[in-house]
Amino acid sequence: MAELLALTAHELAVKVESGEVSAREAAEVANARVEEVEEDVNAFVTVTPEIALERASKVDARDGDRKLWEGVPLVVKDVLSTRGVRTTCGSKMLEDFVPLYDASALRNFGEDLIMVGKANMDEFAMGSSTENSAYGVTRNPWDLARVPGGSSGGSAAAVAAGEGWWALGTDTGGSVRQPAALCGIVGLKPTYGRVSRYGLIAFASSLDQVGPMTRDVRDSALLLQAIAGHDPRDSTSANVQVPDYLSELEDGVSGLRVGVVTELVNGEGIEPGVREVTERIAQGLEDAGAEVGEASLPHSEYALPAYYIIAPAEVSSNLARFDGVRYGLRVPAGGVHEMYRETREAGFGDEAKRRIMLGTYALSSGYYDAYYAQAQKVRTRIIEDFRSAFSRYDVLLSPTSPTVAFGIGAKVDDPLAMYYQDVCSIPANLAGIPAISVPGGLSEVLPVGVQLMSDHFTEPMLLRAARAIEQAADFRFALKP
Amino acid sequence: MQAQARETYQAVIGLEFHVHLATTTKMFCGCRVTYGEEPNTHTCPVCLGHPGALPVINEKAIELGVMAGLALNCNVAERAEFARKNYFYPDLPKGYQISQFDLPICIGGHLDVPLGDETIRVGITRLHLEEDAAKNVHVGESGRMHGSVGSMVDYNRGGTPLMEIVTEPDIPSPEAARATANHIKEIMRAIGVSEADMEKGQLRCDANVSIRNPDGSFGTKTELKNMNSFRFVERGIAAELARQREILESGGRVEQTTLHYDPNDDEVHELRSKEFAHDYRYFPEPDLLPLELSEAWVSEIKSRLPELPDEMRARFVESYGLSAYDAGVLTADRDLAVFYEKVASEVDPKQAANWISGDLRARLNEAGVGISDSKVTPEHMIELIGLVGSGNISRSAARDVLGTVFASGDAPSAVVEREGLASMGGDALSGIVDGVIAANPDEAERVRGGDKKVIGFLVGQVMKEARGSADGGRVRQLLLEKLGS
Ligand SMILES: [Zn+2]
Repeated sequence: MAELLALTAHELAVKVESGEVSAREAAEVANARVEEVEEDVNAFVTVTPEIALERASKVDARDGDRKLWEGVPLVVKDVLSTRGVRTTCGSKMLEDFVPLYDASALRNFGEDLIMVGKANMDEFAMGSSTENSAYGVTRNPWDLARVPGGSSGGSAAAVAAGEGWWALGTDTGGSVRQPAALCGIVGLKPTYGRVSRYGLIAFASSLDQVGPMTRDVRDSALLLQAIAGHDPRDSTSANVQVPDYLSELEDGVSGLRVGVVTELVNGEGIEPGVREVTERIAQGLEDAGAEVGEASLPHSEYALPAYYIIAPAEVSSNLARFDGVRYGLRVPAGGVHEMYRETREAGFGDEAKRRIMLGTYALSSGYYDAYYAQAQKVRTRIIEDFRSAFSRYDVLLSPTSPTVAFGIGAKVDDPLAMYYQDVCSIPANLAGIPAISVPGGLSEVLPVGVQLMSDHFTEPMLLRAARAIEQAADFRFALKP
Repeated sequence: MQAQARETYQAVIGLEFHVHLATTTKMFCGCRVTYGEEPNTHTCPVCLGHPGALPVINEKAIELGVMAGLALNCNVAERAEFARKNYFYPDLPKGYQISQFDLPICIGGHLDVPLGDETIRVGITRLHLEEDAAKNVHVGESGRMHGSVGSMVDYNRGGTPLMEIVTEPDIPSPEAARATANHIKEIMRAIGVSEADMEKGQLRCDANVSIRNPDGSFGTKTELKNMNSFRFVERGIAAELARQREILESGGRVEQTTLHYDPNDDEVHELRSKEFAHDYRYFPEPDLLPLELSEAWVSEIKSRLPELPDEMRARFVESYGLSAYDAGVLTADRDLAVFYEKVASEVDPKQAANWISGDLRARLNEAGVGISDSKVTPEHMIELIGLVGSGNISRSAARDVLGTVFASGDAPSAVVEREGLASMGGDALSGIVDGVIAANPDEAERVRGGDKKVIGFLVGQVMKEARGSADGGRVRQLLLEKLGS
């Protein structure tokens, strides 16, 4: 068991492919590891050990007729619809909701997706600590008294703890990258439109994107290969050819122009330890042959407030369907409007309610121009900032999150401090560009993630640069706890 | 004073139409559009609003919307956008309706509505596309929500492509409103955009009704919902105008409100007052990309646009020499117009118009059927008109023949033969004419002397003798010949 657990997903995939290890053995190892650590970590809302075993056997039986990634058990964030397996979104509202179909992001795993379980998350993906879940707090495997980040905290913790080799998360304002950073793994938010959103239960439709959460960059490239592609069922998915994400991974960064984003490195609230690691990585890239300079995103300070208009506006509408009429929780009451009220009062947690109210307000007549329309203008400015930055640099470097993992409960009463967790990650969502968080080292005893951003659909270059960071960093993946 | 005041009460009416588009599938998913099938048998995660399901635009619906816009002389937008209209209701599975707000596919246009011998021009404010809501079925005696014991929802209708057409408040009377609604229907049917059957809910009409203030400004308007037949459009608006007039005459104020017309008591009833008005919190639908409607595509659609009722009416006047009235009547029903053209290609177009817009249409109205559902074919009409023209049967006999053809679907010639309705020709008629001349020597003499006023009397005598099986024109001709005048 220890041997298999030490492998990366890609290494395991190769061994399954060669027949050295069966997918069923891999599933057994994942299930056993879940048994071992889940009580401490609580990375899952639902574990699916039987499904994993049963489907692993089918994958084994299809020897020769399968993709490389199919043999490796996968952890799926509980925001992605899975046919026949309940999908809660971390909410009481969907406690017993069983989707009729699989999310399109999973389609390249076919019918036999070896699923370890559905990972815990902040309710409807709103949060940066996984404390806003109706299914308990997920603990950071590096320090069980700390949060794993969020909203894909369950996915990040599962990978860090070896409860599966890799995971899918979703990223709306940093929900893949920030927990990846806090748990010492790699988290990639692809270009908006790169991965289908069909079956991803929407938080903010114009920002949501599914992304790989993995032990290393190679695994990230392989999992992206598995989930990327045009989907006619998602009108916002891009009809852009999917390149080979693995082929240029080791090509190095010689001559690559790297811009260190001044505003995000020197910003208020960036912990010194985080800044130090980021600067060390910039140096490491330069040593590896990159041309490193200073870049500026002058409007980045407005990204966070704009995000907290746009995302709540969209979610206030996206969550309207949870009304107790057709599926999910229903609290019976006298009339239909009373039933709506009681159901939504009981079904949503505090943060969901807060954002519904924020968004409803921002879209209300008389406020629309001052809030929503204004935020969209800021969004345009940020896109222009990136356009100008990418005319000088191939990739942009910054911290992923301003802090390392913080204590459970430390920020629950201070929503603004919690929102600030995403200050470095949000600009990429607003612009729709790809961004990746790679472990850059430790700040004292906790991992620090550094973020790379690049222009739309340049994931091969982004992954190549991330791979260089991985090589320059004083950090190697090791199972926790 | 009262009478004088009343004359200044000028109605201001604007209409809002909802038209089901004639697509095979729904607006944003692949489910079939159906009518009257088992509830909830044409649904999917998209039209049920399941978590994670996403809409995909039905391109055919866009095409039909653009077609309708072109037929209504609208400007087609280069860039249009779908928007979410947010409100809670059980028939709205997502908690919002995907509609259009500030960037509809078409804006500004007009239609010329035939009204008696004239036409009125009604402006079109905008035309946009959206998805229809599902259908709430209230269980209980009244069938309405009020007083029901429970409600069920049939999502088959949910997501049906719907086009909203909003007119300017240009409509001066309930009759004109009805004519406008009917004209919209005819245009939609003519271009194949919708069956526009009001009974099936494929065409729905709401009205904004107000009475102009004495200073010419608009009065407070009320909204009249869901009048589900052309007759009720007229009667509902008339009832609402009467209500408003009564309020104004008694010195009251009209309150802004939403009403519905109940044909049972011929009155309007309040649905909700404006204080409960929704803030729909429209914003651009993030799940769909903006629509780019290229000029080339729009002109390609334009080139495929069939002849519109207005154009057809003008052509009927021009090429068949019909009166504006006849042309209007014939083109107000596309099926009837097509029928007419087939007949007019074989016989005298004016005769054809008389028969079709007169006798045939009267029978259709009486039976309450459309021409396509009747047993009368163009071939029947051609034959019938031919029989009259050749003098084989009289006009009045032909009317009876038409009645029999209408009921049985038998060919006119067969009916004539079977019922012995052929006009008396040749010797028999000649004999009767001779007899009448002999029996009325004074009158005959006066005709001979050039006094033609009395010839009508003689014709009447002959017709009486012939028991209706003679053609009046022929009898008259025969009399004149025999009396050498
Ligand atoms: Zn459907």
